[in-house]
Amino acid sequence: MSGIVLTELRKSFGDVRAVDGIDVSIAPGETVALLGPNGAGKSTTIDMLLGLTRPDAGSVSVFDRTPEAAVDAGAVGAMLQTGSLIRDLTVRELITMMASLYREPMPVEEVLALSGLGVIADRRPLKLSGGETQRTRFAVALVSDPELLILDEPTVAMDVESRHAFWTSMRAFAERGRTVLFATHYLEEADDYADRAVLMAHGRVVADGPPTEIKAMVGSRSIRATLPDVPVDELTGLPGVTRADRRGEAIVLTCSDSDAAIRALLTRYPAARDLEISGAGLEEAFLMLTGDGA
Amino acid sequence: MRSSVYMRYELLRILRSRRFVILALGFPLGLFYVIAAPNRNVQNLGHSGLSAPLYYMVGLAAFGTMNAMMSSGARIAAERAVGWNRQLRITPLTAREYFRAKVVTGYVMCLLTLALLYVAGATLGVSIPAGEWVRMTILILLGLVPFAAIGIWIGHLLTPDSIGPTLGGMTAIFAFLGGVWFPITSGTLQQIAQLLPSYWLVQAAHIGVGGSGWDVRGWITVAVWTVAAAALARRAYRRDTKRV
Repeated sequence: MSGIVLTELRKSFGDVRAVDGIDVSIAPGETVALLGPNGAGKSTTIDMLLGLTRPDAGSVSVFDRTPEAAVDAGAVGAMLQTGSLIRDLTVRELITMMASLYREPMPVEEVLALSGLGVIADRRPLKLSGGETQRTRFAVALVSDPELLILDEPTVAMDVESRHAFWTSMRAFAERGRTVLFATHYLEEADDYADRAVLMAHGRVVADGPPTEIKAMVGSRSIRATLPDVPVDELTGLPGVTRADRRGEAIVLTCSDSDAAIRALLTRYPAARDLEISGAGLEEAFLMLTGDGA
Repeated sequence: MRSSVYMRYELLRILRSRRFVILALGFPLGLFYVIAAPNRNVQNLGHSGLSAPLYYMVGLAAFGTMNAMMSSGARIAAERAVGWNRQLRITPLTAREYFRAKVVTGYVMCLLTLALLYVAGATLGVSIPAGEWVRMTILILLGLVPFAAIGIWIGHLLTPDSIGPTLGGMTAIFAFLGGVWFPITSGTLQQIAQLLPSYWLVQAAHIGVGGSGWDVRGWITVAVWTVAAAALARRAYRRDTKRV
């Protein structure tokens, strides 16, 4: 059985190309982070994966089925980014109601235990904290015992402790051999909880690989210094430097290892001054990767 | 089995939303007492030969149920605003099961409205022969079908901000041209009124005051509105998967 296959997927809203031709394959059992800044096209991709939005071009296959067929079969559960809960039902009632829609749901008590809702199962949504609300939404996503679990920025509105508890629950579910795709704009979440990260920017996939690789790529630092009269080629040869650019009197070194680079720089070129080291933010890193930052 | 559990919780939800229930049921009831109670001893309203409480009770039976049925649209708009509609779309719940639950909850509100109005009428001395009372109730329930579809349709079309004024305006026009507040018996106005489902809903309620119910035009008008509004509702529902 093949897992999730997105082929040449495109979707525009007016002039905005939200998703601009992406190809992604996810094997069954993989936990994949969909990483990218706001507006990268993550939510639109997820909407197409769920059959909520029809692609302009390209195709989506979820375990060899269309998204609609996969949803009808109860193979997909999702925690959507926008959305809160309906009022007037307790957490347990809400889960029971949702479970009734599936042929083979996960038992309600198991859902409550897995999502850590046991204590608050008899409360109504208005009485829940931000983190508890998110966990309840997580429970709604789990209720069909899905083959594919999709989480769109699930830890928004959670404090550190709830985040940790949330990811522990996610892990417990993924360890049952299920496929998990989660969108986030936190690099750390991708690094800590995913087998693989797919980076999106401007509707395109700009990188796809193990989170550590992605982290090295986007987690790079740059050194800026005033250093006239040294050829850029020489600087590129410094240890820890992946790229060097000249901006007038100043140089900018993009580094994979900024510690090694700065030691080497100062040893060989004691004249270097006005040093600045900055960590590339995720946003900048994306711009760099897509070539928009030049 | 699965849709019955879903339906049970939909009903539970509506009965638990206290403010909605109190307003939806209290409005026609309050209106009835405000208008009818001061005139409780008027036995020949506008030379019609009808008592004031009787006339207003049947009028409000039409108006109150029309309101109750269409207000399901407001609940749908609110559910869409919090993204609940999208969450349901990624379950195996079919459009048919979804619509059925919405229509049934709408009818439960209408039945409660009618029951309260009948009891309120009785407290002001209204009595209707059993046969007419049953005929009136059945025909009102049939006359509400197009309103169920209209409610679902606009619920999937509008936002919570815009649905309030829209519902208010629609029910006001429907009530006015349908003859809720005064009888429409002749002229161009009646020809226009007869094209509206509210006119026939009022005719259904007027069985309680000796009316004859629907002629062929009535059945056709209600059927056409039902088919058209249901088609629009289905279309709006199908399109309505965007983030709101």
